[in-house]
Amino acid sequence: MTIGIHVPILAIAVPLLGAFALPIFAKVHRNLRDLWAILVAAFTCAMVVALAVQVFTSGIQLYTLGAASPTATVVQGGFPIRIVLVVDGMSAFMGLITALVGLASLMYAFQFLKEEQGKTLAMTLFFLLWAGMLGMEYTGDMFNFVFLEVTSIAACALVGYRTWESRPPEAAFKAMAMYTVGGLLVLLAVGILYGEYGALNIAYLSSKISGTPLDKVALGLLLGGLLMKAGTVPAHMWAPDAYGEAPAQAAIVLVANTQASLYGLFRVLFTLYGGALSTPAVGWLVTALGTLTLLVAALMAVIQTDLGRLIAYGAVSQIGYMLLGVGVGLTVISSRPDFGLVAMKGGIFHMMNDAATVGLLFLAAGVVKRACGTKDLRALGGLGHDLKWTSGFFFLGALALAGIPPLNGFASKFLIYESSFRLSPILTAIAVLGSILLLAVFVRAFQGVFLGPRLRTVQPAPLGMLIAMGVLAAIILAFGLVPDFFVRHMVTPAAEALWRGRDLYLAAVLGG
Amino acid sequence: MSVVVRTIARIIVPMILAFGGYVIMHGHLTPGGGFQGGAVVASAVALIVVVFGAERLKRRKTLLSLLEDLGAIAFIALAFLGIGVTFFRNVLAGGGGLFGVPVPPGPNPGFLDTGGTLPLMNWAVGLKVIAGLGSVVVLFGLFGGKDDR
Repeated sequence: MTIGIHVPILAIAVPLLGAFALPIFAKVHRNLRDLWAILVAAFTCAMVVALAVQVFTSGIQLYTLGAASPTATVVQGGFPIRIVLVVDGMSAFMGLITALVGLASLMYAFQFLKEEQGKTLAMTLFFLLWAGMLGMEYTGDMFNFVFLEVTSIAACALVGYRTWESRPPEAAFKAMAMYTVGGLLVLLAVGILYGEYGALNIAYLSSKISGTPLDKVALGLLLGGLLMKAGTVPAHMWAPDAYGEAPAQAAIVLVANTQASLYGLFRVLFTLYGGALSTPAVGWLVTALGTLTLLVAALMAVIQTDLGRLIAYGAVSQIGYMLLGVGVGLTVISSRPDFGLVAMKGGIFHMMNDAATVGLLFLAAGVVKRACGTKDLRALGGLGHDLKWTSGFFFLGALALAGIPPLNGFASKFLIYESSFRLSPILTAIAVLGSILLLAVFVRAFQGVFLGPRLRTVQPAPLGMLIAMGVLAAIILAFGLVPDFFVRHMVTPAAEALWRGRDLYLAAVLGG
Repeated sequence: MSVVVRTIARIIVPMILAFGGYVIMHGHLTPGGGFQGGAVVASAVALIVVVFGAERLKRRKTLLSLLEDLGAIAFIALAFLGIGVTFFRNVLAGGGGLFGVPVPPGPNPGFLDTGGTLPLMNWAVGLKVIAGLGSVVVLFGLFGGKDDR
């Protein structure tokens, strides 16, 4: 047995096993639990990275569950009946984001969470959420979007497990309601497609979908459900509550979770419906929603008085930039001009950048909450005297989020500006306006929280939390200083997988 | 609850347990399976909570959560059994050992000793659902506060 061919499933199964075994180890001893968590996380990250290397060097990786061989995707007659994992450039890229965020979250959690406040519970839920996100990203099967439900349940529980406080359960309930409706819409769409074509495999469905009215209904339901879970504007109201009330180490995983939903959306738009319905109308819809999201969320961020909610609106607005980039690509995909691919690269690169910058901001806000017991901007001030590293990290994250060169936010936003300008200058103007608003908001927040006279003396953040933030800060700097390297080796394969990769995807699964 | 209800519950609970066990055990042959059978057994837990009160089962909460964990771990471990070929590969089917009798082709009354890892996975899921739904019911009972029992 070689481990190499089993890498895709190990990346999902090991964190799942880790999640369920964690409480048992915790009953034996705390240190055993921590050791287990570290081992599982390290193994999962190693699998994700190994898989990404395989994909970027030798193309799409397949794994068929329960078959006689991992690449035996179809039974006789060319019909794919088993559950298939299909990892192309985009999936591998999303896996890297998820692994990075998960690693930072876990490093932070060890010293951030308190034993008597459900540390074991939070870590268990984290691993469950991690496994669910990786499952969503690697699956090649519509029904395996049930991982969507796994992430929903784990995410809501992570938001609301602190039942001794009044607000987290309320936020969790709101998120649960939205997630459930979104999940039901997706399930209904999957049911329609299954009823119509008798299959659930994405590649097989994609080869059959011809654009009947039922297909369009299913597309609408999928769009609605996945956008709801991604927190785009008409259905964004759960996101600020959930992000604001979740503990910091969970909030950053929730950011990666919304991106997993976005990934699902992109997979549906480009691969599942790539043959029949990738019309400019759908592209314009996505572009318009993206533009609306980034503007509305940036405007809402201006009036927030709670640091957590403020960053949350910043996070929602970043979702808008991703949708804008990919939407521009989708609008022009039929003629495939160069700037379409540039827009896709920008949108996809921005996912990684958003995970790092928003994650860093949430972690810094977590340090503030831990030190002062509040995130109310009106009650905070002068924390820079004691929290030197944290204030530096927050400043870095704020600048990167607003897209100031030479940080990573600029690198990806510039690609989006440049290409959306070719489609319509109005889009670019709104996107730049959103960035300016965010800059104003975050400079004000930084000034209010960290600058000014010392109001109180607080304990600085422990080393483990600083290292977690340092990792994300290093990513921000590295991606900002040498964006070309990362764009060429990671982002371009991911963008190409959506842009032109549908035929390769179908050929890999259905055997040409 | 009155003595009539308690007596009838005492008679009915073993029957529910037996039926739930049957549904789980025949999951690979008849409609049903781990989840459905687990839900049947959990309804027995619900009956006990209603008739005798949740306080009776309070001390079992740790046991229930442990069982739930073990069910999930057993399921994943069974899936890992096949990792020599592929994850979820049914390595026990047709092998002659546990649940390994090859299924004869054509209509038949259903042979329990077939299915390989499937019956075992049904038991793992059943264990998880019994423990999971059971603890949900017990928790609801506990949160209900003091009532007429």
